[in-house]
Amino acid sequence: MSKELSHNKVRRYGMVIDLDKCTGCGACMVACMAENNVPFKEDESNKRDSITWMKVYKLTNGKPFPNTEICYLPRPCQHCEGHDGHSPCVSVCPATATDYNSETGIVSQIYTRCFGCRYCMAACPYHARYFNWWDPVWPDGMEKYLSPNVSPRMRGVVEKCSFCFHRYQLAKDKAYYEGRSEVREDEYQTACTQACPAGAITFGDLNNPLHAVHQMVKPDLKHAGRPKSPNAFRLLERLGTNPKVYYLSDREWVRRAGDNYMADTKNHLEPKEH
Amino acid sequence: MIDSALIPKGLKRCPTWQFVAAIGVFGAVALWGVYAMLLCWFKGLNQTNMNDYYGFALWIWADLAVIAVGGGAFFTGLLRYIIGKDELKNIINFAVLIGFICYSSALLILGMDVGQPLRSWFIFWHANVHSMLTEVAFCLSCYFAVLTIEYIPLVLENRQMDKVPFFHNLSHNMHGVMAVFAATGAFLSFFHQGSLGGVAGVLFGRPFAFREGILIWPWTFFLFTWSAAAYGPCFTLLLTKLTEKISKKKLVKDNVVELLAKISGWMIFTYTIAKLIDTIYWANITAPSLGFKLSHFYSNNAIYGYWILFAEIILGGVVPALILITKKGRQNPTAFTTAIILAVIGVCLNRWVMVLQVMAVPVMTFDTWALYIPSWQEIATTLLPVAYGVILIIISFRYLPVFPQELELNPDESNKAQQNTEKAEENPALDAKLSPAGA
Ligand code: SF4
Ligand code: SF4
Repeated sequence: MSKELSHNKVRRYGMVIDLDKCTGCGACMVACMAENNVPFKEDESNKRDSITWMKVYKLTNGKPFPNTEICYLPRPCQHCEGHDGHSPCVSVCPATATDYNSETGIVSQIYTRCFGCRYCMAACPYHARYFNWWDPVWPDGMEKYLSPNVSPRMRGVVEKCSFCFHRYQLAKDKAYYEGRSEVREDEYQTACTQACPAGAITFGDLNNPLHAVHQMVKPDLKHAGRPKSPNAFRLLERLGTNPKVYYLSDREWVRRAGDNYMADTKNHLEPKEH
Repeated sequence: MIDSALIPKGLKRCPTWQFVAAIGVFGAVALWGVYAMLLCWFKGLNQTNMNDYYGFALWIWADLAVIAVGGGAFFTGLLRYIIGKDELKNIINFAVLIGFICYSSALLILGMDVGQPLRSWFIFWHANVHSMLTEVAFCLSCYFAVLTIEYIPLVLENRQMDKVPFFHNLSHNMHGVMAVFAATGAFLSFFHQGSLGGVAGVLFGRPFAFREGILIWPWTFFLFTWSAAAYGPCFTLLLTKLTEKISKKKLVKDNVVELLAKISGWMIFTYTIAKLIDTIYWANITAPSLGFKLSHFYSNNAIYGYWILFAEIILGGVVPALILITKKGRQNPTAFTTAIILAVIGVCLNRWVMVLQVMAVPVMTFDTWALYIPSWQEIATTLLPVAYGVILIIISFRYLPVFPQELELNPDESNKAQQNTEKAEENPALDAKLSPAGA
């Protein structure tokens, strides 16, 4: 095994989403909301101020019938690493209320420290960050069903997908209790991964060659995690955000939808370093 | 007039009723704004039409715009105290006053804009030194303190204040060390104006805003500082002209206005060249390297077309610069007024583009343009600083010697006013009845 692939103590948790398997059912979105106490509005018709840590986009190849093709693209926070943890959002937060965890690669959000300037939202090209325009209001009795492991957020702060970080903490506690230093792959899985009926989402440590995510996309660590698998791609790879969510598709048009191309550019992308 | 004793000696001011009426009108607008502001504070930012696509909106543009046009204070101070353009002492008070208004407004807007205003101090306590916004917060607050220090001596020069020996001496001594504050102000302004530009320029996830640069500073850092220094004086001149028009008298001599206009013109000229180079480089190298054609930023939506680029750079840059750098242009009142108006619009448009268009442009290929219309609460709160500014100018103009050349430029009326003032001083209670209208 080359050094590059040897099991690295630094974990980089990431996700691989097979777009050819996703049916757009939205189970991941629902599971995410329930798991993370995500507040909702009485009227959810205006999607631009609804909170959806996991959001399923509908893409089309733009061709007329009968050549029309549809693809559903689930988009959690991409947990961008940027260059050396210089994620687009983390680097801009003036109050250090969002952080890149170099041990797990997870971009955290500290709700009690965020003061709601929304600069991080402006910085995120994936619209993965959401502002609490209202205080959460739970229908009568529902507060009893909230997860005790995730603190609900108050009005005026930003929130986003945490890769169910509380599950990682619980798994770590369990491993520690059992005298292990490592969290097993199946011990830490996100709610959306487990909820997806099509098995389109895979989650694990991209640095660990034994984990499925690593085997599926073969991240090239010398090139900021660029996937070596031909069918794998990341969203807006070229911006240099260095995301840890990878997508798979056999379809060329779907892969091309992941990034912006000039007419003359080929699929090969050289991400910018920041 | 009931308040004659407060009016600078020998100067004529409008009747009290006019003054009160003006304060009343703008006070009403300000109250409307305060009401909207309280709504935002107590009910939250759901009172605005901002959303998760448009996290920065109307008032953040206003914030950037007032800071840009408020740049007249630091730049005029720099020219007067450090570079030694002595004539500018005749307009520096007004520039400081405008700067004070602009910066206090900017801080007020920031206080409204954040979702948890009571936690605003976290920006200092948990400061992230890598964030441009941290730099903005630090320098902005410090510079506001400097502006306050620069404004105080003017307040102390009020006729009644000046009678108190302590205030008189304090004001005198403060004037003596003003160069130190002017230098500090220029230093702080360089950084916060720049870091405001950096706020947009570092967004490498937003190709419309992103710019390369030197070390940690994107080109927008320098462009913002430069443009604030270039356009700020135009705003000072615009408001000077407006005050002259409303008070129906000349307040600043032509040579002073022309000097400032000329410097501003050259600054705009050089800035526009830099901006053009920046735009060409960004359009041909930066954006394409990220996969974007220029047309991506200016098509497929209802508002943002190439016209905005033209309006900002040509109408708001080239045209005013060419007018202001020529003697003929400066001396022709119509051309001059057109130039300073275009310049102020131009810099405000630049700030709009660097905040609001940044939010509007789609980045992911399957995203759409995000357009947004502000709510009335946002409009009211954005008008609040305008109304507050007008009120502060009206009060300062009435009671403080803002324009040192006013007396000299209006000798006739000074004599009349002098007589009235003397009468008023003899018997202030009778003043309201005795003084003729208009005095
Ligand atoms: S997707 Fe957005 S919120 Fe998540 S790490 Fe990247 S920039 Fe930050
Ligand atoms: S909204 Fe909160 S997390 Fe985002 S940049 Fe501001 S303080 Fe930081």
